Amino acid sequence: MRGAAAVFTKDLYGELRTRYAMNALIMFVVVTLSIILFSTAGETVSPSLSAGILWIIIFFAAMSGLSRSFVSEEERGTTMTLQLWVKPISVLLGKLAFNALLIYVLNAMIIIAYLLTMPTFTIQSPIVFLLTIVLGSFGLASASTFIAAIISKANSKGTLYPVLSFPILLPLLMSVIDATRLSVEGASITDAADDLKIMISYAVVVTTISILLFDFVWRD
Amino acid sequence: MKTWLKIVIGVWIAGVVALGIAMPIGYIPGLGERARIIFFHVPMSWLAVLAFFMSMWYGIGYLRRRDIKYDIKSATSAELGFIFSVLATITGSIWAKFNWGSFWNWDPRETSIFVLLLIYGAFFSLRSALESEEKRATLSAVYSIVAFVTVPFFVFIMPRMMTGLHPGEGSPAPIVNSNGKMYMDMNMRYVFYASLIGFTALYIWLFQLKTKLSLIAYGLVADKK
Repeated sequence: MRGAAAVFTKDLYGELRTRYAMNALIMFVVVTLSIILFSTAGETVSPSLSAGILWIIIFFAAMSGLSRSFVSEEERGTTMTLQLWVKPISVLLGKLAFNALLIYVLNAMIIIAYLLTMPTFTIQSPIVFLLTIVLGSFGLASASTFIAAIISKANSKGTLYPVLSFPILLPLLMSVIDATRLSVEGASITDAADDLKIMISYAVVVTTISILLFDFVWRD
Repeated sequence: MKTWLKIVIGVWIAGVVALGIAMPIGYIPGLGERARIIFFHVPMSWLAVLAFFMSMWYGIGYLRRRDIKYDIKSATSAELGFIFSVLATITGSIWAKFNWGSFWNWDPRETSIFVLLLIYGAFFSLRSALESEEKRATLSAVYSIVAFVTVPFFVFIMPRMMTGLHPGEGSPAPIVNSNGKMYMDMNMRYVFYASLIGFTALYIWLFQLKTKLSLIAYGLVADKK
């Protein structure tokens, strides 16, 4: 656990020092959001459609930001050092914690920007929405951290990342989009219970399988 | 595989095809003669899934034993599975045009085969992006396990997203209904099972053939003329 905390702190300090990932991601979100706003100018976007668009932004923002956690270690040639100093599971948990934090901060910003610019996107049931974001983002972080570990060993990392992640993330994306739609339409928590259960079990299953299999990915 | 067995498979599948097309199948509400697709389309989908499972199985075998032969088998099975899933998608899509009115409807099973195709595509892209044989074998095995573990979620998500159109889902259930009871007459059922067996045997044959070829290409087996 101390190893995991050390990896997490290292990544956090690295990020705070350069703000590389955060700056790039903020620009990515601004660009994507403005394209969406330009293309929907003068249209009334239905609430259910706006729920889908929100997750498109989150998905691609995650795809452009989260792979860095492992890719940067390969690029800087620091993988060996990490292999020497910390246990594989600590690396995975530390990176997962950092990616989860990154995506929570990012999602908070995306949602604020989205609420301000999308007039039809009004959250009727805040609890459902909050739970969806908290659980959905964790599942997203969990799956994408593990896929990032896989692609960091491959060539053409950038293009490979969304290709490998999408089939894995699709069940999660379908349930978060459904739950977000429900929260915009003002459904109660019992209506969204099925979606929330899927998000919880998805996060548990994916985190468990990544802990079990990470050894194979990490060891050279 | 023995030569006589290959001949048996050939004759068997020829028989299944001939019977599947020509045999009288009786009146089936809502489907009529179009129900004959069950003899060809369903075995393809079954093999698409089976081949992916076998690919993952050999992948696990590789992770346990670190023998490149398992990786070759895993890749071979995935290649065959990809062909079968493309065939299942195309046959199903043509059938859907005539039965449901459009080539693609995002019916739950259409979505599942689409996801399966995506997984196969991702699997091959990953393999081609890894140069070291060992890394390629390990990482593609790991990826197929992760993909296999997340797929069951669709079973819970799909039915709430959209209602099924496939025969056997929804209210008119002419062939298979939710009670698991089949409304096929005896002849149809025999040909259907015969087709499943025939195409599975074909898969096994293709699998052995392709594995042998890859082993020779890797120089693991001497080429005996």
